[in-house]
Amino acid sequence: MKHGRWRFLLAALVPALVLHVVFVLSPYAQAFYLSMTDWTGVAGEAHFVGTDNFARLGGDTLFLDAVRNNAVMLLVVPAATIAIALFLASMLNGRRPVRGSSAYQIVYFFPQMLSLVIIGVLWAFVYSPNTGLLNSGLRAVGLSGLAQSWLGEPSWALIAVMAVVVWSSVGFYVVLFSAAIDAIPRELFEAATLDGAGRWATFRGVTLPLVRESVQVAFVYLGILALDGFVLVQVMTVGPGGPDGATEVVGLSLYRTAFTYGKFGYATAMGVALFFASLTLAVFALRWGRRNQVEMA
Amino acid sequence: MFAWAVVTALPLIWAVISSLKTDEEILNSPWSPPSSLHFENWSRAWTAASIGRYFFNSLIVVGGALVLTMLLGSLVAYALARYRFRGNRVVYYTFVAAMFFPVFLALVPLFFVVEQLGLLGTYHGLILVYTAYAVPFTVFFLHAFFRTLPTEVAEAAFLDGCGHGAVFFRVMLPLARPGLVAVGIFNFLGLWNQYLLPLVLNPDPERYVLAQGLAALSVSQGYDSDWSGLFAGLTIAMLPVLVAYVAFQRHIRAGMTAGAVR
Repeated sequence: MKHGRWRFLLAALVPALVLHVVFVLSPYAQAFYLSMTDWTGVAGEAHFVGTDNFARLGGDTLFLDAVRNNAVMLLVVPAATIAIALFLASMLNGRRPVRGSSAYQIVYFFPQMLSLVIIGVLWAFVYSPNTGLLNSGLRAVGLSGLAQSWLGEPSWALIAVMAVVVWSSVGFYVVLFSAAIDAIPRELFEAATLDGAGRWATFRGVTLPLVRESVQVAFVYLGILALDGFVLVQVMTVGPGGPDGATEVVGLSLYRTAFTYGKFGYATAMGVALFFASLTLAVFALRWGRRNQVEMA
Repeated sequence: MFAWAVVTALPLIWAVISSLKTDEEILNSPWSPPSSLHFENWSRAWTAASIGRYFFNSLIVVGGALVLTMLLGSLVAYALARYRFRGNRVVYYTFVAAMFFPVFLALVPLFFVVEQLGLLGTYHGLILVYTAYAVPFTVFFLHAFFRTLPTEVAEAAFLDGCGHGAVFFRVMLPLARPGLVAVGIFNFLGLWNQYLLPLVLNPDPERYVLAQGLAALSVSQGYDSDWSGLFAGLTIAMLPVLVAYVAFQRHIRAGMTAGAVR
């Protein structure tokens, strides 16, 4: 069995490793150095500037808008998505499941399949001030006072974008939580019923503790999603990133700084900042997870 | 529950219906059904607005990347899951760690790497980059899967005189089919919906993938205001996904959520 073992291992690993090193690892590694240069894309013209780029980020109002908006998304998107998904999943499963549960799951899940560009273009139409589905619907039911230029109002634009993120992700988590609720032994629900627990008490006492791990996974995934937002903002909003920085996100700042203005060193510093934000998020999520595991054991 | 189903489905149905209306009907009565069905919007979007060409570009790039990803990813996952050798863990974590890095961090250097290699705006350049970014997840998912497969069959094949490569392709890959299908679906969707990488690495409008084409169309639409054409393009872009979903929805949902909890 020794025969040809190394030859096989090399053949199996080397092609993928070469791709990985060239297109994934080397760019990530270069990013940390580039973020400390003033590189503008002309070969040989990069000067080492230390942490200057990061100091500049602190005074860059558009970038700070982006950080604020990503922070708002980080607080709102996971919480809203998980709340809606948990509600729907617990109605569709567990005790007294609603009829047609799997049909609902099929419908809810579909947006997850669509590309964010399709979703962005579609919702830009829905939000369109005069001919959009939303405003004409509001007018049709006599609520024309509520009609807005959803993506044009600074106070509404970010909410409108976040609503789309939630819209497109809820289905996935309904299915994820449904699977978790399905795995709960039915006797637990029956016992809760015998104890006279209502729907809400059953949810808090039985369902929630037993789907905790899935909820945790959901938080991590949605947190990563909330630190991005690039595609929807780029496709849907005026500017993009507008009005007046109201929907600016870090990814968009980075993309524009690099590929429109050619400030590659400065843009990469934004990438490094984003990296540390994601890292912090991951560390928090993991520590939180470990603590809960100890509690469970 | 019903309300959420309506919220989910309504915009999608509205887009499909609007794709069959005239511009005038779209502008004046957004909620009413079309007076007659204007399928010519679709053919106009397919040819005049180049949706057809973008569609084929996507097919080429995603098809190539999917085959390469599955081949390389399953080889790596199998080698790491089934062979003990020095550096095994290092190689594994080298791949897996990359999943947790934001792509934005790599974006600028990646652009210059691809440019230096002369691969900017080429099909094979995109295929290689797509593959490089899809392999880590594939390795992660299949590594766990290969570990659960029984060893006896592989050992029997070795005794029968099969080489290592033959054992992998003839015995292990067929056994791993459920895992391959799940991760394949996941990869297909991820690659088909890719937007950031082509936006940066694929500047030639002739080679735009579908997502790029649609985005460009929705921007230029401000100038020619071919509303019905854009709705038609949107519908055409949604249809294959809808068909695939209706056909495989159970597998898709199971595969994607299994990928999340692992």
